[in-house]
Amino acid sequence: MKKLMFVQTHAPHGSLFGQEGLDAILMGTAFAECTVLLLADGIFQLLDGQTPAALGTRDYSVTYGALKDYGVSTIYCSASDLATRGLVPSDLTVDVTPVDDDRIKALFAEHDVIFSA
Amino acid sequence: MILHTVNKSPFTTRALAECLRFIVPGDSILLLEDGVYAASKSGPTALIDVDTPVYAIKADVDARGLSRHLVDTVQVVDYDGFVRLCTDHDVIKNWS
Repeated sequence: MKKLMFVQTHAPHGSLFGQEGLDAILMGTAFAECTVLLLADGIFQLLDGQTPAALGTRDYSVTYGALKDYGVSTIYCSASDLATRGLVPSDLTVDVTPVDDDRIKALFAEHDVIFSA
Repeated sequence: MILHTVNKSPFTTRALAECLRFIVPGDSILLLEDGVYAASKSGPTALIDVDTPVYAIKADVDARGLSRHLVDTVQVVDYDGFVRLCTDHDVIKNWS
């Protein structure tokens, strides 16, 4: 079975990258082993307390909480990017596993396809 | 072996900066669309220091008038070269 990796690098609501990236993750889990990584501003996808109703969008970050039911056991995030943004894991809506850049390089190498959003 | 593609200007976004964090030996960088501005002599010098092959799409370089402004280490490729790079690497990671 192919191993797919999904990398989110954009903040939510300012563009459709995040929402469409999440849709791609949900589709990917239907037929492959999937890994999710939040990098750079992608970490803001999971910031707790989003209330975007006035923008006409919805807080889709809660959907990440359901990913474990779709076989995504771990959501990785860059430890340094988290720190750069003054955040700790408890600021996020779901459990994430912070990893250093060397581990991220290894993750890239372990996967057959990398989807970037 | 990963082919890292970058399609945003390094003066506008951090796409190239993020890409450079994760380069390992054997990887290559392909600049396309506005990413080719990184290959200009006025572009980020960090790119030149990287011990990694750097390619730029000819059509994008020419369209932007950059052909006379490229750093020497950048190799210009046509679309056939683009396809060859894709098939020569195991995985493609786009940075945008």
